[in-house]
Amino acid sequence: MPGNSRSLLQAGVASGQITRVSADQISVRRYSSASIAVVGNPNSGKSTLFNRLTGLRQRTGNYPGVTVEKHVGTVKFDDAAFELIDLPGMFALSAHSLEERIASDVVMGRMPDMERLAGIIAVVDSTHLYQGLYLVQQLMELELPLLVALTMTDAAEDSGIRIDIEALQCRLGGVTVCPVVATTGQGMNALRAAIATLPDAPKPTLPTFWEELSAASAELARDLPPTVPRIEIERALIDLNSELAAEVSSCLGDDGAQKLQAIRRRVFGSEPPLAKEARHRYAWVRDVLSEVQHSVPAMTTWGTRVAGFMNRPVPGTIGLFLVMAIVFQAVFAWATPLMGAIEAGTAFLGALVASGLPDGAVSSFIADGVIAGVGSVIVFLPQILILFLFIIVLEDSGYLARAAYLMDRAMRSVGLSGQSIIPMVSSFACAVPGIMATRVIPDRRDRIATMLAAPFLTCSARLPVYALLIAAFVPAQSIGWFNLQGIVLFGLYLLGIVAALLTALMLKKTALRGPSPTFALMLPEFRRPNLQTVFMQLLGRALIFLKRAGTVIFAVAVVVWFLAYYPRSDAIAANLDQQQALAAESLSGEALHAALKRSGNQAAAAQLEQSWLGRAGKVVEPVFRPLGWDWKISAAVIAGFPAREVVIAVLGTVYAVGGEADESTLAGRLKSATWPDGRAVYTLPMVMGLLIFYACCLQCAATLAVIRRETNSWRWPLFAWVYMTSIGYVGALLVYQLGTS
Amino acid sequence: MTLASLERGRKYVIQNVNSSDPDIQRLMVMGLVEGAEVELASTAIGGDPLEFRMFGNAISLRREHARQFAVTIAGGCG
Repeated sequence: MPGNSRSLLQAGVASGQITRVSADQISVRRYSSASIAVVGNPNSGKSTLFNRLTGLRQRTGNYPGVTVEKHVGTVKFDDAAFELIDLPGMFALSAHSLEERIASDVVMGRMPDMERLAGIIAVVDSTHLYQGLYLVQQLMELELPLLVALTMTDAAEDSGIRIDIEALQCRLGGVTVCPVVATTGQGMNALRAAIATLPDAPKPTLPTFWEELSAASAELARDLPPTVPRIEIERALIDLNSELAAEVSSCLGDDGAQKLQAIRRRVFGSEPPLAKEARHRYAWVRDVLSEVQHSVPAMTTWGTRVAGFMNRPVPGTIGLFLVMAIVFQAVFAWATPLMGAIEAGTAFLGALVASGLPDGAVSSFIADGVIAGVGSVIVFLPQILILFLFIIVLEDSGYLARAAYLMDRAMRSVGLSGQSIIPMVSSFACAVPGIMATRVIPDRRDRIATMLAAPFLTCSARLPVYALLIAAFVPAQSIGWFNLQGIVLFGLYLLGIVAALLTALMLKKTALRGPSPTFALMLPEFRRPNLQTVFMQLLGRALIFLKRAGTVIFAVAVVVWFLAYYPRSDAIAANLDQQQALAAESLSGEALHAALKRSGNQAAAAQLEQSWLGRAGKVVEPVFRPLGWDWKISAAVIAGFPAREVVIAVLGTVYAVGGEADESTLAGRLKSATWPDGRAVYTLPMVMGLLIFYACCLQCAATLAVIRRETNSWRWPLFAWVYMTSIGYVGALLVYQLGTS
Repeated sequence: MTLASLERGRKYVIQNVNSSDPDIQRLMVMGLVEGAEVELASTAIGGDPLEFRMFGNAISLRREHARQFAVTIAGGCG
């Protein structure tokens, strides 16, 4: 904008401040590319604050070489903008899990392809100052501009904690401390103002807390190039066997390892360095707390009271099952009216197109391929959103961590720890984020066992298949307070859980045998979930689902329509014309209409049967015949390999083209599907078998890809696919054969 | 006496940590060090793990790890 800058310049000249204006413009350019990291303990309110600061100006990517998600957003000011990076939660720079290592590498400037940070916002939960200040003290040593955002000051005041901000700033060597309540926005203006000037903030004065360590690193620094920062030398001394220790020791020359070892012996004695560091730092933290925090936290907030009650073994267990039962009922019951509306809309739109366009490939493509295909997937959006809403709310309110704690003993009986609960519960939404969430599990064997168990848990993509078949074939009777359809759905969820747990047990007893890992978990207070955070997460997940429905599923719907429509047989078309001409001669009115429709449907069915998809379905039909599946279901299962929810779209297309009856909904069309001898295809044993097949099989290319990525080998995804498909097949076979005989 | 044998409703101070195990070092980084004041908040289904409160934080440990922390009652015999 040349015009704009000239007027700025003129204004500057007019008021005699030309130097100030040009300096501002240089700083604008410098700031716009500057990144600031948002760092804090897990559950410190970091993400809520990040959402507050960046709003919808966010994007998600990956860190190079690993699968940890990178959340980046922009925070805008009148004359500047920064990139904020929301790092995974961490307790200390000495990393324990992959996510902590990423966070630690970013703040220490060791992440490849990332510039040095312009500053750090340390997010500290004011009700958890003890652990928060430990991390802050380590961050101060990075010698970067630092700012402390003290969150949840309202909760702290409620529980009787008063924090002397000025004294805290003083003890933190002049670091600015901004008390905020991210949920209400209180204190946000002051925080934003502090962020605007953060890159120019003076570096904090380091507190002395451990003179021997400072002296030892100063001594080592003399033997090292001046480019090695002090913090790296310290970490190299403390974190034995780390990459940094190896780098520093090679920098020190041939006898580097011995030199390092000698200094370690002098500073740490026989104690493990990490333990000694923790003792020294927490001694400092306690000293700071005694000065800045006035009155100990009272334990009478409603959150702690609920937590105390829910943690008792009996109410806790009952509560856990009650919560899960309510979720499943809600998913099924609340979504029904919305689904009805979407279904009606799709049917209306399809009919409109079909009547508005001349018969033929184009009309069939739009009505049967595009609208029916995508519509039959979108119809499940309400259920998926309700399920996600529950999972997000449970996670945000702190209940999932409680569940991990409560269930640890039970999970240990299948060889896992309570930490596997969170990835597994996430897998109820989608196995892909669930498998990615296994990164919180530090033990490799536990991680792999959890990853292979997770895809058994009923994900949202199975829900459409379940919902369709249950709604169509399970009677809607009430049994007590619950209805039979809800109970069958619950049973399928239970089947997934049992299969997942048995799989984990089997793996941990055989291929992944090993000692039981540590279990230490911070239990967050129960707190009211933040609406904005819930909304942002829900929106994100809904978009992912719609993106899949709009791309992969749409593409598959088009391909499947093509395979089901072509090749067209001229003989069948000619035969149809002939029959319809005959009918028109001999019949009239209603009877003619019915006859035309019947012959049209027969012709369409004949066309489908000799289409590419029909032929493929027939080739594999013998394999699935023992399960009671006809070639249409076999064809749908083939087409559903890349993404299991596609099976609905395929069934929708296959049966829409076939037009078995006048039923406008897919469920109705399935009900009237018959074998050539007139028996119904969808009998109860066959449907139950199909449900069990879908409960077990791994028809999801995304899950396979993510297991491959997380285990870094094709062995595990291949094993998972063969194993799960075999179980599904055998289960369906047993149910159908026993139920039919 | 160790963290695995606390009575509810009483405050204790960690006296000594057996820090040779890396898992225990991790717990020390999370704040379970000598001088920290702790109380037992609850036990999970099956009596294990245990939930402790320390400076307002709630942290849960398994019994086997809790045994590595020696404690005394805070403020002498009171």
